[in-house]
Amino acid sequence: MTSVGATVKEPGNSVKNKTGSWRTFKPILDKEKCIDCGNCILFCPEGCINKDYDIDYDYCKGCGICAEECPVEAIKMERE
Amino acid sequence: MNMIKVISANRAIAEAVKMCKPEVVPVFPITPQTTISEYLAQFVADGDLRAEYIMVESEHSSISAAVGASGAGVRTFTATSSQGLALMHEILFVAAGMRTPIVMGNANRALSAPLSIWNDQQDSISERDTGWMQFFAENAQEALDFVIQAYKISEDHEVLLPSMVCVDGFILTHTVEPVDIPSQEDVDKFLPPYEPISYLDPKDPMSLGTFTDPDYYMEARHDMEVAMEGAKDIIRRVNKEFEEVFGRKYNLVEKYKTEDAEIILVAMGSICGTIKTVIDRLREKGEKVGLLKVISYRPFPQEDIYEAVKGARRIAVLDKNISFGIGGVLFNEIKAKMDVDASGFILGLGGREVSPDDIIGIVEKTRNPTTETNQINWIGLKEEE
Amino acid sequence: MDIPEKEFLAPGHRACAGCGATIGVRLALKMLGENTVAVSATGCLEVITTPYPETSWKIPWIHVAFENAGAVASGVEKALKAQGKDDVTVVAFAGDGGTADIGLQSLSGAMERGHNLIYICYDNEAYMNTGVQRSGATPYGASTTTSPHGKESFGENKPKKNIPMIMAAHGVPYVATASISYPEDFMKKVQKAKEIEGPAYIHLHQPCTTGWGYDPSKTIELGRLAVETGSWLLYEIEEGEFKITYRPLERKPVNVYLEAQKRFKHLADEEKEKIQNYVDQVCAELKI
Ligand SMILES: Cc1ncc(C[n+]2csc(CCOP(=O)(O)OP(=O)(O)O)c2C)c(N)n1
Ligand code: SF4
Ligand code: SF4
Ligand code: SF4
Ligand SMILES: [Mg+2]
Repeated sequence: MTSVGATVKEPGNSVKNKTGSWRTFKPILDKEKCIDCGNCILFCPEGCINKDYDIDYDYCKGCGICAEECPVEAIKMERE
Repeated sequence: MNMIKVISANRAIAEAVKMCKPEVVPVFPITPQTTISEYLAQFVADGDLRAEYIMVESEHSSISAAVGASGAGVRTFTATSSQGLALMHEILFVAAGMRTPIVMGNANRALSAPLSIWNDQQDSISERDTGWMQFFAENAQEALDFVIQAYKISEDHEVLLPSMVCVDGFILTHTVEPVDIPSQEDVDKFLPPYEPISYLDPKDPMSLGTFTDPDYYMEARHDMEVAMEGAKDIIRRVNKEFEEVFGRKYNLVEKYKTEDAEIILVAMGSICGTIKTVIDRLREKGEKVGLLKVISYRPFPQEDIYEAVKGARRIAVLDKNISFGIGGVLFNEIKAKMDVDASGFILGLGGREVSPDDIIGIVEKTRNPTTETNQINWIGLKEEE
Repeated sequence: MDIPEKEFLAPGHRACAGCGATIGVRLALKMLGENTVAVSATGCLEVITTPYPETSWKIPWIHVAFENAGAVASGVEKALKAQGKDDVTVVAFAGDGGTADIGLQSLSGAMERGHNLIYICYDNEAYMNTGVQRSGATPYGASTTTSPHGKESFGENKPKKNIPMIMAAHGVPYVATASISYPEDFMKKVQKAKEIEGPAYIHLHQPCTTGWGYDPSKTIELGRLAVETGSWLLYEIEEGEFKITYRPLERKPVNVYLEAQKRFKHLADEEKEKIQNYVDQVCAELKI
């Protein structure tokens, strides 16, 4: 069954699609090192780093932008 | 209070639109639709129509803005003709597929090239597979009545398909006749406010116009087919409700002296007026001839057509369009859908005059078919010099 | 700058890892907030965010076709107005193809009519959704699948079409350029566009890992290099007044930007020099 006009009435339900499986490298964030600049949160294409700097690995695609943009190298990319 | 005014079909459409109170009206002018755009602009300028009138930069944008507005949950109207309708082509599919119940007036006009501003029905017929309903008016009164009913049909939750009300360019759009204009109270009584099932509202966020993969697309198209077929019953119901309020009776088709007819002409639009006059004359001479006027071209009322023509010896199908290599589209659809003995006639292209004598000739050719005339005949074509 | 925490683009979307378009949309939506309706043109963004029966959009969203985001947004804006929902922001997102090429007429109409809406062109400098074909916004020298370099070609041989200036020529109250790599600058501009009555146009430069050919981790770095080399300029035109919003302290040679991407890898020194000269000339005019 397709809804009338293929409208989707569950906002944001793409969370069902766990893109974490795409990852080959995994960002590991060291909260001790972190200076709270917020770069990683702003630049994550998935929006999957929360305000407490927990990375949601269900969605993290492992792009490495967060690690690249961290000014203090608090994020390391590790092979899965 | 209703009142009689002597007006054109374009004016009749504009009057109907005013009473149906669309909230967004994006339009772009094209002969012979232009006066619809102008009347509506004036209604808005005078405060008689409380709508957002958008003077867009093309028909592609008028239909796109209409889809956007309909998606945002309001009743909309637009109108066009010929080249404008062709320019809309892509978005006509989108409007239907997104199930936006837009109502559009189409002033039927030939398509270029060669350029012609005159009437035939190639424009809307060429959009037959877009998922739009198409209602062909014989006169200005029908144009008005069909617009009012089109909203109710399109907006029915079982249907949710857009409608085109088709009027023959110039023949109807620019000639005047007396039209019974209903009262606003009666229209309000007949037409409930539009209740969308999909809409753009931050309080209830939805995503409209999504991307489907092979798992879903076919069902979406099948749903449209079901809606289109089901629309026939909705139209019959709405026709009845319309009659109760306004006294005028309609159906998917109109039968004119078909009961005992040996020869039945099948046609759409203004030509039906001419045909009726000819039939009356022939009947005086004792010839059993009738007319089956197809009002609803989409949905296609094959049962009603068959029911009306099955008793006739032969039928003639008149097309103001041509699908090159196969003939008139209505003729071919009737041949495909029912077992009838029919001749097809292509006529009136690009405004070519169709006289009562031409109609009589059609009746003759249908009555006495030769191997040459029993298939597709061009009427009114000039002899080679 | 206070950056709202709330996200209006849900994860799970199908964008390539490191996609710059989704970063741009996330940042814009943060500023626009939940009382917003979004319109998308056909393109990467639309396809990756709404694979039926899923959607990444947490705000109302509509897509109609490739070339008509301006017209659809016009209809949406008027319909909301007709319903008394004047407080709702209407934003259109269209790619560079949907803006500079096929959608230019529709956009021009919308801008000229003065609708109260924000149009954000997310510019990845080619038709990415269909596999990296050139657009009017593809820069000089870039190799794309329809402007490939070869024995007799160095790739795209026309400079990038200047859409922000074309929009400015419409006399709209607000036009700005932005880059996802300068989020504060971009978000401030979105905020302004939201507050301004009438049409606002923001041209957002957005690196694309797949189309430009670089490691996904470098998306922000590439956007930054574009600006630091003067290849992409950050400015705004408010009520006709032109203002540079960011000046690199010291302009880097264009080479560092070009050499970081596969699409420019083939360029001979001669072409690179031409690009450098062009950039120098534009920057001199603007005192950058
Ligand atoms: C009328 C029409 N022509 C062509 C296409 C095919 N098409 C879909 S998206 C696209 C390119 C989009 O490019 P752009 O606007 O830059 O967005 P991007 O994919 O780069 O995000 C093309 C050519 C289409 N969908 N509709
Ligand atoms: S690796 Fe990429 S997707 Fe994963 S958290 Fe970092 S920025 Fe986000
Ligand atoms: S980028 Fe690095 S320093 Fe900045 S918030 Fe993230 S982890 Fe902390
Ligand atoms: S091709 Fe480019 S713009 Fe499209 S999803 Fe991938 S990274 Fe994003
Ligand atoms: Mg693009």
